[in-house]
Amino acid sequence: MLKSGDQTSLSESPVLESLRGAFGEAILKIQSTCDGIPTVWIRPGQIKAVLKYLKHEAPQRFAMLYDLSAIDERTRQNRNDQPESDFTVFYQLLQVESVQHLRLKVPLEQSNLLLPSITDLWPAADWYEREVWDMFGIRFDGHPNLRRILMPPTWKGHPLRKDHPARATEMGPFSMPTDRHIEEEEALQFKPEEWGMERESDESEFMFLNIGPQHPGTHGVIRFVLQLDGEEIVDVVPDIGYHHRGAEKMGERQSWHTFIPYTDRIDYLSGVLNNLPYVMAVEKLAGIQVPQRAQVIRVMLCELFRISNHLVWYGTYAQDVGQLSPVFYMFTDREKLLGIIEAICGARMHPNWLRIGGVAADLPKGWDSLVREFVDYMPAKLREYDAMVMDNYLLKARTRDIGAYTTEEAIEWGITGPGLRATGMGWDLRKEKPYSGYEQFEFEVPIAHKGDCYDRAVVRVAEMRESLKIIRQCLDYMPTGPIKADHPLTTPQPKERTMQDIETLITHFLGVSWGPVIPEGEAMGCIEGSKGLNSYYVISEKSTIPYRVRIRTPSFTAMQFIPPISRGHMIPDLLAIIGATDFVLADVDR
Amino acid sequence: MNPTVQTLLITLVILFTLLNFAGVLIWVERRVLALLQDRLGPNRAGPFGLFIIVADIIKIFTKEDWVPPFADRKLFILAPAIILFTVLLSFTVVPFAPGIVVLDLNVGLLFFLGLSSMGIYSTVLAGWASNSKYALIGGLRMSAQMFSYEVFMGLSLMGVVILAGSLNLTQIVEVQRGMWFIIPQFLGFLIFMIAGLAETHRMPFDLPEAESELVAGFHSEYSSMKFGMFFVGEYIGLTLISAMIVTLFFGGWLGPAWLPAPICFFLKTFAFILFFILLRAALPRPRYDQLLSWGWKYLLPLALINLIVTGAIVLMTGNPQPN
Repeated sequence: MLKSGDQTSLSESPVLESLRGAFGEAILKIQSTCDGIPTVWIRPGQIKAVLKYLKHEAPQRFAMLYDLSAIDERTRQNRNDQPESDFTVFYQLLQVESVQHLRLKVPLEQSNLLLPSITDLWPAADWYEREVWDMFGIRFDGHPNLRRILMPPTWKGHPLRKDHPARATEMGPFSMPTDRHIEEEEALQFKPEEWGMERESDESEFMFLNIGPQHPGTHGVIRFVLQLDGEEIVDVVPDIGYHHRGAEKMGERQSWHTFIPYTDRIDYLSGVLNNLPYVMAVEKLAGIQVPQRAQVIRVMLCELFRISNHLVWYGTYAQDVGQLSPVFYMFTDREKLLGIIEAICGARMHPNWLRIGGVAADLPKGWDSLVREFVDYMPAKLREYDAMVMDNYLLKARTRDIGAYTTEEAIEWGITGPGLRATGMGWDLRKEKPYSGYEQFEFEVPIAHKGDCYDRAVVRVAEMRESLKIIRQCLDYMPTGPIKADHPLTTPQPKERTMQDIETLITHFLGVSWGPVIPEGEAMGCIEGSKGLNSYYVISEKSTIPYRVRIRTPSFTAMQFIPPISRGHMIPDLLAIIGATDFVLADVDR
Repeated sequence: MNPTVQTLLITLVILFTLLNFAGVLIWVERRVLALLQDRLGPNRAGPFGLFIIVADIIKIFTKEDWVPPFADRKLFILAPAIILFTVLLSFTVVPFAPGIVVLDLNVGLLFFLGLSSMGIYSTVLAGWASNSKYALIGGLRMSAQMFSYEVFMGLSLMGVVILAGSLNLTQIVEVQRGMWFIIPQFLGFLIFMIAGLAETHRMPFDLPEAESELVAGFHSEYSSMKFGMFFVGEYIGLTLISAMIVTLFFGGWLGPAWLPAPICFFLKTFAFILFFILLRAALPRPRYDQLLSWGWKYLLPLALINLIVTGAIVLMTGNPQPN
């Protein structure tokens, strides 16, 4: 029995109506979920036709492939009346204008783990399908380059399968005998063909240049392989996975509560912006209503972290085009901000601050004067930076008309957040489908029009000002009341009554020792992160740990989009594009 | 005093001063940059952190001196020597004060331009001999950058030569007793300064190094004192360009009577060095094709206009500096 709050009756959805009309026989089942997203089981043979229909022909067209991943269902206990499957691949589509999600699930048997590739429908499916192959061993027929993407090429097994060990202690001791050493070395050999690149054209022989994994311009461990004709980029292939830590796998062994610190480390510049979608998803499963004060505290922390993230981006962006000084000023301001965050959360970059059902603790005494000082101080600084960075002639010359794309391309590739708004589409989830009480705040959604590197910067800079506005409103109208929901699944339980009555004490004890048992169901929490839509799709089978945690990050899509917008530019432009993209590698690799 | 001994003495004093000055500049640049960037900079070792210079020198001498096996060994070793050799040799014609000049050549300016062209070989050869891709791109950028900027670097100075009627640097300074050439030759000054910056490949024209793109560009593969020679060469080059600007446009050692000529020269030069450090802190780096197109499209025509206008005015008014 599913018992959480916002179960919707899905049969009325117009999408389902039209889908049923066109593909009645392809639909196996319509599943109910806790997040209200229509979830339809489709027969494997017809999934591509259905997706094609939804993208091009349906009355309500789904232009964005929002997410694509899989679930290993083999050890799942409570499946209710879902169709039988060993593995389930899910496609999540998003209709941007109406903010409507649609989830399509395809059941697969272990004996036949094969699906048609949809890379010809959505180019963005490329990396997602590679990830599914890498993590689950499901093959996609017709994929141009189905190689491992996160794990090294010599890896044995598929990590997100339930039979793959999650801890090093579950595996034998590590050894590297000579033959394996040689094998690993050979796997490192660079062969352009494997990366989908030609060695020469009719006119010239190409030079291949490795940027990374260690390079001052890449902001972390990632490798870009450049195919160069002179200094002109013929093609660039990002090689990700150096920062892969298996966050999704960890989700399957941590308790619901103890997974929260791991989310901090996904997009390590955005702190609570990672906690929020996760706890939102869990709260949907548990049916918890978060009290007002906790919501406003969450919003305030989110916006503080958004500014913090954008300040890091701002400085490194200037540095990537060769301006040495701004980064120091911006880090100084970020330091002030982190001081406030530390005063509130006790930690700076990894606050681990949100809890299932609220926040960890109430705001400390004197928080308001700290925050007020900052929101009074920051606008003048932002004006100064405008003069220093954004109005600089050389910087404009370096970033205007570089890496430009249109709104359609952005949606096609799954780009959201500032990257989408820079193309002229004022689409912000905080406005379009407010969560955590954002509908009560007044702020603008800044946009720009050309979609080039400079415009992406313009949008982010303007966003910092809007965030300051939101923080000021939090400051002026901070509600009073509890900071945690009064609900048996709030973790840890509010402690006031634990010393008085044994029932509350037991609940509290179980909550912190075993962790809460979240009712079975599936839900996604989705927020407007600092870099775009950030969402956690969690599956519970009524246990103390999640059955599956799918983390969809904006950096992954942004990284995949770098090659198409870089081709034809020069090496320095690639660095400008990287700088303007604002990715965090832990957010790409998870 | 025996003139040979005197020349030798002057040479040694200048050499000693320059090499030490380059060392001090390392500290100056780091402290000034830190000041501009709201940081502290090296402030621990000795008074004002001055001993960092000693520490740096000890460090750089004791690092492993590694020649990559894939490099062209001879050229690899030769390249850093060229830069130091050419910049130091250029200083022989710079008049620090009346009589304090190693070589009072009558074609001093030409000698300077010739040596500065030679100096580029250092970067280009380093890029080539390293046999590494980043170094190669850096070397290529340097050659393209310099072949473009050389052209009007020379042209921008021709106005000065016309006005002074001489290529001898001492005479050029003497001629400026009435008026520094910065006033009639302001355009020439701007162009020369930009070209000079490109010549020393310092920010914002550090495309051959371009840290965020090419790691360290042409000297990616260099270590220890070979790298140190590029480093010192860059600082002496910076001093040289500043000294040349002062000599050609700001009246060299000329100044108020109470100020000794060498001190006056030093102060002016140092002001320009500080200005270049400020530029480094302030400006982003243009892209390499932008740098070239600005050079050819704007600076070269401007240099030509400057030359023609100066020539025309001199022709109309008669020789302004009868020698």
